[in-house]
Amino acid sequence: MAVPELLSKAELIKQGAEARVYRVQFLGKPAIVKERFPKRYRHPVLDEKLTHRRAVQEVRSILRCRRAGISAPVVYFVDYTSNCIFMEEILGSSTVRDYITSTQQSDSCQEQKLEQLAERIGQVLAKMHDEDVIHGDLTTSNVLLRHGQEDKVSDLVLIDFGLSYISALPEDKGVDLYVLEKAFLSTHPNTEALFQKLLKSYTLSSKKSSAVIKKLDEVRLRGRKRSMVG
Amino acid sequence: MTVVIGFEGSANKIGIGIIRDGEVLSNPRRTYITPPGQGFMPSDTARHHRAVILTVLKEALDQAGLKPEDIDCVAYTKGPGMGAPLVTTALVARTVAQLWGKPLLGVNHCIGHIEMGRLITKANNPTVLYVSGGNTQVIAYSERRYRIFGETIDIAVGNCLDRFARVIKISNDPSPGYNIEQMAKKGSQYVELPYTVKGMDVSFSGILSYIEEAAHKMLSSGQCTAEDLCFSLQETLFSMLVEITERAMAHCGSQEVLIVGGVGCNLRLQEMMEVMCKERGAKLFATDER
Repeated sequence: MAVPELLSKAELIKQGAEARVYRVQFLGKPAIVKERFPKRYRHPVLDEKLTHRRAVQEVRSILRCRRAGISAPVVYFVDYTSNCIFMEEILGSSTVRDYITSTQQSDSCQEQKLEQLAERIGQVLAKMHDEDVIHGDLTTSNVLLRHGQEDKVSDLVLIDFGLSYISALPEDKGVDLYVLEKAFLSTHPNTEALFQKLLKSYTLSSKKSSAVIKKLDEVRLRGRKRSMVG
Repeated sequence: MTVVIGFEGSANKIGIGIIRDGEVLSNPRRTYITPPGQGFMPSDTARHHRAVILTVLKEALDQAGLKPEDIDCVAYTKGPGMGAPLVTTALVARTVAQLWGKPLLGVNHCIGHIEMGRLITKANNPTVLYVSGGNTQVIAYSERRYRIFGETIDIAVGNCLDRFARVIKISNDPSPGYNIEQMAKKGSQYVELPYTVKGMDVSFSGILSYIEEAAHKMLSSGQCTAEDLCFSLQETLFSMLVEITERAMAHCGSQEVLIVGGVGCNLRLQEMMEVMCKERGAKLFATDER
């Protein structure tokens, strides 16, 4: 069955900014299909180049992460003509975003839980950057908590590698963290201290962290805080 | 009925407006236009504003048919913007407030744009794309404050367009952006340019340095026309802006988009944003050069 035909009968889970996500069965396994559909506001040449490039980069980065032992969805199949990626559905999970919001609302030892979470995220990101994978779209909606057994700790799974690329430059890693910082602080107000914990954990876990943190400080000073000389 | 007079001079335009309870009574302005190939420097801009501001003030009062006694409050742009012109404007606003014995209110330029946009378009709780020569931000209202969800990590999109105009000596009258827009309409060939979106942020200095270097080569080799470059630059820059706006909308679950700022007057940008909104079932609100 051709991919578009399969999708027309499949269950649409959500439509993000980038792609539509469907739920299907792939060779008997629960899977999701990420379909990057053409964006009609873009010039067709630009659109085709971007869409294809992002599908390729996503798959490449996921594979690289998995090889390094970082949890990311297993890729089953890629259809490059329709720019669809068939991958593992992460069952029994919630986004870090939802976890933070719900933990903040409950009273019991929320600070401790959140700090532990921040530390673990810092460690995972350090591992990813040490592999020279730049995620490119780090937000709390793109990190999942896969709930394991009762007594086991939840697994942190990274998703949405559409804007990712490979780079060893501290500049790119710094910007990657900057994007997360902005997304973190704008989505979860009053969590500056929590994010600092994340950065500290990152610094301790990564072998190349000092150059990256230095670049992060530099990037923060650009843009709005620059002097305005036309 | 509260009457407010506002002074705005954060960049090369000096404008004074009088509003009574949401109704614009007068809105005169002057623009400092430099010759093609040149941008505007802070001290020259301030000098221009100093020379015309009192004339514009008189125009504002005359057109509204009001006298200083009728004004209830004086507002002015406190920032962000260029230092020298801001100081000039602030000085006049302060002096006038003291002379007339009226309260003085400093306004954040970005929030001013957003509130103006909401007033004119009646948008309720939109995702705002604020794009001008000095600012490029995607803003949404959350927990009692306007928050920046995405922005440029280096220069503003208007700044990128203005500096490109200088490279190929496009006229700055009435504004470089407007002239680029007109030229782009005549372009047809799409030239590939760097495209840089980082999460919900964008970066324009890369595409600017690329096109600054490549423009002359491409034009002299006859590979493409200046119109083609304008067209390609607009398509690329605006795609980036529409993309980060869409991401913010998906993130916040918003169904309304408001475009404000000088670059927001560009009809091609509005057109592209409209297409994106239609596909998501969202509504677009756009402002014009008023």
